[in-house]
Amino acid sequence: MTEPVIGEPLVVGAGVAIEYDGFRAVDSADFVVRRGEKFVLIGPSGCGKTTLLKAIAGFLHPTAGSIRLDGVPIGEPGPDRTVVFQDFDQLFAWRTVLDNVVYALGVAKEMRGEAARERARAMLRLVGIEAAGDKYPHQLSGGMKQRGAIARALALEPRILLMDEPFGALDAITRSQLQLDLNAIWRETGVTIVLVTHSIQEAVFLGHHVAVMSTTPARIVETVDTSAAQDMDTPEFLRLSHHLRSLLITPDSAHRSVQTAVE
Amino acid sequence: MRARVHDPWLRLPAPLRYAIVIVVLLSIWQAYVSFSHVSALLVGSPLDVANQLWTDVANGKIPAATLHTLQTLLTGLLIGALIGFALASLAVFSSVGRDLLAVLTAVLNPLPAIAILPLAIIWFGLSDRSIIFIVTLATIWPVAINTDTGFRTISATTQMVARNLGLRGPRLVVDVLLPAAMPYILTGLKTAWAFGWRTVVAAELVFGVAGSQGGLGWYINTARYYLQTPQIFAGLVVISVLGILVEGLFSAVESRTVVRWGMKR
Repeated sequence: MTEPVIGEPLVVGAGVAIEYDGFRAVDSADFVVRRGEKFVLIGPSGCGKTTLLKAIAGFLHPTAGSIRLDGVPIGEPGPDRTVVFQDFDQLFAWRTVLDNVVYALGVAKEMRGEAARERARAMLRLVGIEAAGDKYPHQLSGGMKQRGAIARALALEPRILLMDEPFGALDAITRSQLQLDLNAIWRETGVTIVLVTHSIQEAVFLGHHVAVMSTTPARIVETVDTSAAQDMDTPEFLRLSHHLRSLLITPDSAHRSVQTAVE
Repeated sequence: MRARVHDPWLRLPAPLRYAIVIVVLLSIWQAYVSFSHVSALLVGSPLDVANQLWTDVANGKIPAATLHTLQTLLTGLLIGALIGFALASLAVFSSVGRDLLAVLTAVLNPLPAIAILPLAIIWFGLSDRSIIFIVTLATIWPVAINTDTGFRTISATTQMVARNLGLRGPRLVVDVLLPAAMPYILTGLKTAWAFGWRTVVAAELVFGVAGSQGGLGWYINTARYYLQTPQIFAGLVVISVLGILVEGLFSAVESRTVVRWGMKR
């Protein structure tokens, strides 16, 4: 299978700052997401990576700087930027898995009837849960629920797929399987993905570029090119993992914050 | 607590167990009336009550009274529930609506609806409209309060998914908020039904005193007037059985909705 081609910049963030409730969650972040790539935001809890993702989705708006999609500032949330969340309750509980996708197609793409069902079935096939289409979400395992959410999000043919720690609540084995399958889904669809995670392994394995965020001030410290390290058994994978670790974890950070407090 | 397996009583099927309890209770009642020589004007025996039930069902008195009561109740409940939904929806979309709901529930919810009846009679006269009015008042608040709570407990993720799809306005309410809040809405409707039921029977009793016709309350009050004690019991039995049937109806609705959706076990 040929790899999708990674192209020109699709999402460009310039000097993005986001404040809410008087708290500066993101501070002057610059980033570029290219068309067709998998772009990963990594950072410790509370560093504002989810905030940044929500701003790309349109749920929050930058207080300074700008985020542009194809040159146009991001507006309200819309189906051209579908989001897969971490929570298992993102599929509508009152619809079967297939109906969740069919319903989304009806609302966002005016697609109904057999055409919508056909497309929904194809999407469930793509994520590997075609057999569970008639089940209600509560009857599925966590991993299958996340697959269903990915199917619904991709069915709407978004210009960009936003994923907020989509595998964060899964057990390690399911998580590894979904990482592999996400790569396969990306190869098949060529969709642009922005993924938030706090797993270094996940970041290096999935990402073409990994933007490393720091806590207070929450900004992007470095964007690392990880496109050459998709195979976990290579020295390159190890080297990049170590590099990310060194950016994220400072050995004497406790010592330093004590000093700052004394000063 | 006793272990299930060692309890011979629990080995019987549930309907049989309930039937046995009912038969024993009825036998005690019948025995009391038969052997204590209590006046038939004070307590009707189960057999007398059953006889009376049979007669009044056959001659159409009970069906007519039941239909009358249910019509009044359902009309009031429907209006009350619609206003309750509207108030809760308003409270979700605007802060003014939220305050309006808070003030209205604080002031009007503690009032027993039956206390409004004298006022309703002045406004609407001794007609069914008076009863419908107070049933509406009795049912608005449980529906509004529970629906509002249901809307407010919808997870942030569900709300973001809805916004992500581009849902807003009435479609957001009908397609997402209502089903997501369904456990609370059903609780609200159940409470509204119970409040409305008490209110309608109480109001019909008052109307019975005032000489206006119709309904189970009126049926009971007429029986009291003629000292037809078994008939009073018959009326009470009908009210009780209807309550059980409605409870069953709610259970059926729940098993087809919130239970199937995994929101309630």
